[in-house]
Amino acid sequence: MSDFLQYLISGLAVGCGFALLASGLVTIHRVTRVVNFAQGMFAVVAGLTAGSLLSAGLPHGLAEVAAVAVAGAAGLLVGLIATGRRGTSAQSALIVTLGLGFVAYAVEIMIWGDNPRSHPGLGGSVQFAGAFVQKQSFLVIGVTAVVFAALWLFFNRSYPGKALSACASNPYAARAVGIDVTRMGLVAFALGGMLGGTAGVLLTPMLPISYNSDVLLITNGFAAAVLGGLNRPGPALAGALVLGVAEAMVAGYYEAAYQTVVALALMLAIMIWQSSRRTALQEETAR
Amino acid sequence: MTPVVPPVVEVGDLVVRYGTATALDRVSLTVGAGELVALVGPNGAGKSSLVNAIMGIVRPASGRVRVSGRVALVPEGRQMFGDLSVDDNLRLGAWRRRGRPGARDTSRVYEVLPELTRVRHQRAGTLSGGQQQMVAFGRALMAEPDVVVVDELSLGLAPMVTAGLAEHLRSLNAGRGLAVLLIEQNARLALDLCGRGYVLEAGRIRAQGSADELARSAEVAAAYLGGPATTAEPGGSGPEGTGPDGTKRGAAKGGGTGPGGAVSGREARP
Repeated sequence: MSDFLQYLISGLAVGCGFALLASGLVTIHRVTRVVNFAQGMFAVVAGLTAGSLLSAGLPHGLAEVAAVAVAGAAGLLVGLIATGRRGTSAQSALIVTLGLGFVAYAVEIMIWGDNPRSHPGLGGSVQFAGAFVQKQSFLVIGVTAVVFAALWLFFNRSYPGKALSACASNPYAARAVGIDVTRMGLVAFALGGMLGGTAGVLLTPMLPISYNSDVLLITNGFAAAVLGGLNRPGPALAGALVLGVAEAMVAGYYEAAYQTVVALALMLAIMIWQSSRRTALQEETAR
Repeated sequence: MTPVVPPVVEVGDLVVRYGTATALDRVSLTVGAGELVALVGPNGAGKSSLVNAIMGIVRPASGRVRVSGRVALVPEGRQMFGDLSVDDNLRLGAWRRRGRPGARDTSRVYEVLPELTRVRHQRAGTLSGGQQQMVAFGRALMAEPDVVVVDELSLGLAPMVTAGLAEHLRSLNAGRGLAVLLIEQNARLALDLCGRGYVLEAGRIRAQGSADELARSAEVAAAYLGGPATTAEPGGSGPEGTGPDGTKRGAAKGGGTGPGGAVSGREARP
């Protein structure tokens, strides 16, 4: 029972990290219709930057916030390159983000090398219902809850948040009322970068990362995000938590190497289900 | 025919191209302060390109678009932010004025369009076509415009609903001196409502004049009003009179005065 609880909580924590990453994907896709394949890179950059800043003597908190800001800047840069030119299609921008993800590999290897790195998080563990759980797991869960609440407030209660939603809902009408849709897309990319960065700084103490960890992160983040059709953060959060727990259970009771297979299988199943549902809806509408 | 009042919208020799296709070919028109002006034309005439050029959504290849004061758009097909509430749709209409005190106060729109009050918290995507058109109106009014471009007022709406909306436009024009450029396929509606008009075909202005002149023109009557040719050629200056359906038509509101001073003029050149 204590093993189960331990896997469950650590799985929830990792799932929260995936959820943050997925929420960045969703934010960018909602506003720009671009599937940002560079999303995992933001987490890697922030995780590695936080480690470097902590090594340089910056205190905890400040180092992580600075790393998240760097990821936000990386998001802005990716957005500028991928969507800054007027008239760029979402499909073209998707390819650009994929390419930028590979370019980032070279930059990351130059700065941090190719060995996995980690940095100390909230050290120690606590005994909880007989299970020993890392304090970092509770930190990840708590921060994710706060971030999702803040995101909800931003999109549902603030004027700029409503304007971002308006761009997602109807870009033509948004332009007609004077909203700069391209600029809002860049805001979404910067926000997506910060969300990915938050995932990176929180997960790195639990899962050492290297330049190519973005593949694992984007696979899981994308699997979670597709659950909400890449547009709804709520289902993405639910999907990410299911994914995190499923992977922790597979790793705990069976074999860690099959974790990614779980994510890929889940993503595939959801995409097949969604496409068959969409086809059924289209047929219904056509009647 | 040019208005006797200072123009709030002035389009001169405007050319809009999409790749090698020319959507607008040296189009010129003006809308005076407080005027109601119609632009009629069939599908593919270039009406939407003209709207987009006036709104700064597309960049002209050559020519000029000069807007004195604020311009707002009631877009074709309503174009709601369907997931957002009516209130939020209206507030976003004030985006250009954000930061100004009271800019997002929607109460002035509910005074003009009281029908929207009871659906203010409803998602705009769930409203009927007529209600959505009213929201689109209200959203445009939130910008406190000097001129409103109304793109296809009647599209997809029942005649009764369209008549009610036209009445709203008329009273806003009369009460607030709001200038209106009404872009319509329904020429009868447009020419009944407006004092002056233009006919756009294949990207060019084919005729212009007072609504009466246009309604009496053989070409316009045959092509847009479904009636036989009557008398005058468009382009000249004819007397105000009766519409093609025999109803008395109001004079152009060209003598009206626009609200306030120009606060956000815009000039677009290629």
